Amino acid sequence: MRFVCRRERVMSPSDPFAQMKFRDPARARGLRDTLDRLVQQADHAPISVMHVCGSHEQAIAKFGLRAAFPENLQVIMGPGCPVCVTDVPEVDEAVALAKQGVRVASYGDMLRVPGTSQSLADAKAEGAKVDVVYSVTQAVDLAREHDEEIVFFASGFETTAVATAAVLVDDPPDNFSVLSAHKYIPPVMEIVAEMPETKIEGFLAAGHAATITGSAVFEKFVERHGLPVVIAGFEPLDVLAGLVKLLEVINSGEPRVENAFPRCVTREGNVPAQRLLWRVFRPTGGRWRGIAHVPNGNLRLRDEFARYDTRKRFTIDASALWSYAPPKLVQQCQCGDIMAGISSPSECQLFGKGCTPDQPVGACMVSAEGTCRIWHQYGGQPDLRSMKRGAA
Amino acid sequence: MCLGVPGKVIEVDGEMQIATVDFWGVRKQVRLEVCDMPVEPGDFILNHVGFAIRRIPPEEAAETLALYDELLRLADEQDLMTADVRAEIEAAPDAVRVQKGAGDESE
Repeated sequence: MRFVCRRERVMSPSDPFAQMKFRDPARARGLRDTLDRLVQQADHAPISVMHVCGSHEQAIAKFGLRAAFPENLQVIMGPGCPVCVTDVPEVDEAVALAKQGVRVASYGDMLRVPGTSQSLADAKAEGAKVDVVYSVTQAVDLAREHDEEIVFFASGFETTAVATAAVLVDDPPDNFSVLSAHKYIPPVMEIVAEMPETKIEGFLAAGHAATITGSAVFEKFVERHGLPVVIAGFEPLDVLAGLVKLLEVINSGEPRVENAFPRCVTREGNVPAQRLLWRVFRPTGGRWRGIAHVPNGNLRLRDEFARYDTRKRFTIDASALWSYAPPKLVQQCQCGDIMAGISSPSECQLFGKGCTPDQPVGACMVSAEGTCRIWHQYGGQPDLRSMKRGAA
Repeated sequence: MCLGVPGKVIEVDGEMQIATVDFWGVRKQVRLEVCDMPVEPGDFILNHVGFAIRRIPPEEAAETLALYDELLRLADEQDLMTADVRAEIEAAPDAVRVQKGAGDESE
């Protein structure tokens, strides 16, 4: 039943724009033709570019955009899912706290992310107090409504961390604390750019994260790595326009930052939000699940907010979680390589078989922003170009 | 979760730094303290987890709204992007409830 539903969502490969009723198909075809021309003009093929945002992958997969991309253009999703890169020891901290009786609140996707042996959802099933919230403010409301300690297990990139920061400077109740698993995107782009296996020639940066950071945050990256960065929005046309700009810059041989989403992003970004972010958080090195140690990639609370820092307030002993053997399938999970852009879900033996949204093995199948979950939802193989060639 | 959702500002409480914002007929209270620019009724804001992170001038809102129009009106319940947008709307407290005050038990 579920399978049939998914199949119906796959777009006709003959006209990927037929379902884009709300947009101007002529503009879409124009952008596609420009993209074709730019890829043909390049002095080599194929060209691989990476985006770092689950919402970009959702838009690409949902609207079947890969069917419109030139054959020699690979658009790969990188580590753009904050829930997916939350490392096992971070999940273990939250699970251990929940199991020792502390009430833990988090965004829904975080509940099923596997730790060493259990997820928060497993702990909840065993009776632990775990609440799903849509915002950090709702977690603060819980703290106001209850006499007990409330730990907010905070995930998300800088965009989401700003909200956590705003709540912490607003005098939250004493029984509220934050277990931060917030991540900062710019440093991980450096890691991916330096991976020896990578063939990435440019990055599409996420429009709404850049709303906060501004486009200037990528300028040093471009200098250091000689790879262009183009900021793009989430409309199908925004994504196509962002790719056109990125290809233009790649072909020009002069790497730079370009803003293809000016209606939301400026060079300097949202300065009050940045001030708030860095007043509350400090960047620190840490592991991103499946990827690497990322210097400055984790956001942790500064000392002046220590009283709201779960790690300072509680002694967290997760050792009891380590005595279980990890499930067998975990060894075959390719989440790390997929998030680094080295592999794709369709290259994973488990994808859609041993690993499904109902029975996820890796975090990429858990989160709505995970590459595997997105590909599974929108038909399993959203790159329809092979079908198009087959039909021709 | 990085998608956010745009909404139209109906009312601004400058002192509390809170705006009443309309999201496709649903009125919510959105916090303004991290917004980059002052907002007025008629402006659009981009809401992420209950906070306005960007003012969108009305003349630029149409392009931003098309995607969300489709997601909220046409996409099915299981769609990941639709679920994301609905969660962003859910993240902000209900405007009616807040106006009635904390003593209201009906919610």
